[in-house]
Amino acid sequence: MTGITPIIELRDISKSYGNNTALSGINISVYPGEVHCLLGDNGAGKSTLIKMMSGVVPPSTGQILFDGKPVNLASPREAMAYGIATVHQDVGSIPLLGVARNFFLGVEPTKGWGPFKRIDFDKAGEIAIEHIRAMGISRVTDPDQLVGTMSGGERQALAIARALYLGAKVLILDEPTAALGVRESSVVIDAIRKARAQGVALVFITHNAPHAFAVGDRYTVLLQGRVAASFSRGEKTLDELTTWMAGGKKIAEDATV
Amino acid sequence: MSAAPKKTLRIVNLIWLGPAIAWLVIFAFFAIVGGENGFLTSSGTAGWLNIAAELGIIAIPVGLLMMSGEFDLSTGSMVGAASIIVAVGKSYYGISSEAAIALALVLAILVGTFNATLVERTKLPSFIVTLASNMVLMGTALGLSRLLAGTSTISMKDDGWAKDAFATKFGDFNISIGWWIFAAVLAAWVLRRTPFGNWVLATGGNLDGARRAGVPVGRVKLVLFIWTAVSSAFVGVMTTFEFNQGNATTGQGYVFQGAIAAVIGGVLITGGFGSVLGIVFGTMIYGVVSLGLFYTGWSTDWLSTFVGALLVIAVITNNVVRQKALTQGANRK
Repeated sequence: MTGITPIIELRDISKSYGNNTALSGINISVYPGEVHCLLGDNGAGKSTLIKMMSGVVPPSTGQILFDGKPVNLASPREAMAYGIATVHQDVGSIPLLGVARNFFLGVEPTKGWGPFKRIDFDKAGEIAIEHIRAMGISRVTDPDQLVGTMSGGERQALAIARALYLGAKVLILDEPTAALGVRESSVVIDAIRKARAQGVALVFITHNAPHAFAVGDRYTVLLQGRVAASFSRGEKTLDELTTWMAGGKKIAEDATV
Repeated sequence: MSAAPKKTLRIVNLIWLGPAIAWLVIFAFFAIVGGENGFLTSSGTAGWLNIAAELGIIAIPVGLLMMSGEFDLSTGSMVGAASIIVAVGKSYYGISSEAAIALALVLAILVGTFNATLVERTKLPSFIVTLASNMVLMGTALGLSRLLAGTSTISMKDDGWAKDAFATKFGDFNISIGWWIFAAVLAAWVLRRTPFGNWVLATGGNLDGARRAGVPVGRVKLVLFIWTAVSSAFVGVMTTFEFNQGNATTGQGYVFQGAIAAVIGGVLITGGFGSVLGIVFGTMIYGVVSLGLFYTGWSTDWLSTFVGALLVIAVITNNVVRQKALTQGANRK
């Protein structure tokens, strides 16, 4: 992997809230075309880290580099301008609106002039259906189908498709499979693979070791605000990964004896 | 390449059908019971349409606002305040119709902005905020009209263009019916065809989701609060020219009637769902019921009973329709 610049790199990042240290000495590199799994228990600092990458909170010390250049992600809007998009667990879709209306919410394509300017529904529908199909959703063929009738996995895939269409270079997925069953999770995992194939960098936050094992290229395990381990695909078995997530190095060493 | 998108008849696109059928049934009922007394005559028809038109101009934006997740109960006072401005302005200060109408509309923009800002800043339910502004506005209009003119009902005379635009009659039919149709076509266009309409439904359907998607939810609500206030002021101006008098309390009936017509018309009180055509039918139901009772020979005391029962049925039906819409196509594999 030498020679390739990380699309986003955190260098010696720390974050304190008053006397509480949420993160310290964090080094993470996320590469295009790779899935970087961010693992760790509740309170390990995952959400602070995501907030930092998406411009919600600034780091206390350290540097964030985007495409090799130091950047100051002062607001979510600024992060988005760089192409850093976040898909939350609840996705934020509008159940009573159709697929195309959801896909293009806030960026509706229009046609016509002046007061007759209107949404170009043909174009919106065609693009939306094409892009969710590219994420592996083939059951939905009608752009008017209400998003509320889609499954949880399909909604995640729709949100991923939308982010990619809007030019995301880094896609942060905040526990996308947490609320989903086995079949629905595989829909999301499949969409992650397809997004990776398009050359996007993905940050995949999860509690679920098998899910991380299934798609991860790199892994960072957070433990009490520090990087407890970082490794690449193939360096650890699923069992090791699971124990790492459960408690960290000590337990992992005991387990491998 | 993608296959041609498949089109299905969707319940969301048929929200108006329920209110349309309900209107037909209620109309048939009054036609049978009140037909002999003249409900079906030209004057009977004009009667309920005239009622519906003025209510409808207010009910449409109230319904749009409800779709975005907010209420506006200050419509009644806006009608009264606009009517006082026009009557006092023309009778006591001798200003032109243009200036009087402009003043009323400016006040409406201010009131709409005030409502939207207060709701946005305080995060209080718009139900309470606009109920309060309704009372403040009515009290002020009443107080000022008595202070300036010494009375709460102010006569006004006008034979200019404004009289033609707002008070012309075609037989028994008021020109307000035309304004109502215009308001409905405009609102339907905005809601179904424009990005703004998409934002309205998204704001009411999932506020956080809409905000994260980049929808300026605050601005959406601001525009709708202003739209509602301006429409109410329009009705106030119109009735002032129609009846040659202004009164600060004249519009109070619209406060709840507007919301009732919207809900009977299929708008979900919690937001995110509704149609303009549905609101039009909801308003027509209100018009037919309130005038139809006269023709039955029964006491009009029963009007509220009738409307209340309709409202309950409508709210229950709307929830069922919403559920149906959310399950339609869900099991297709």
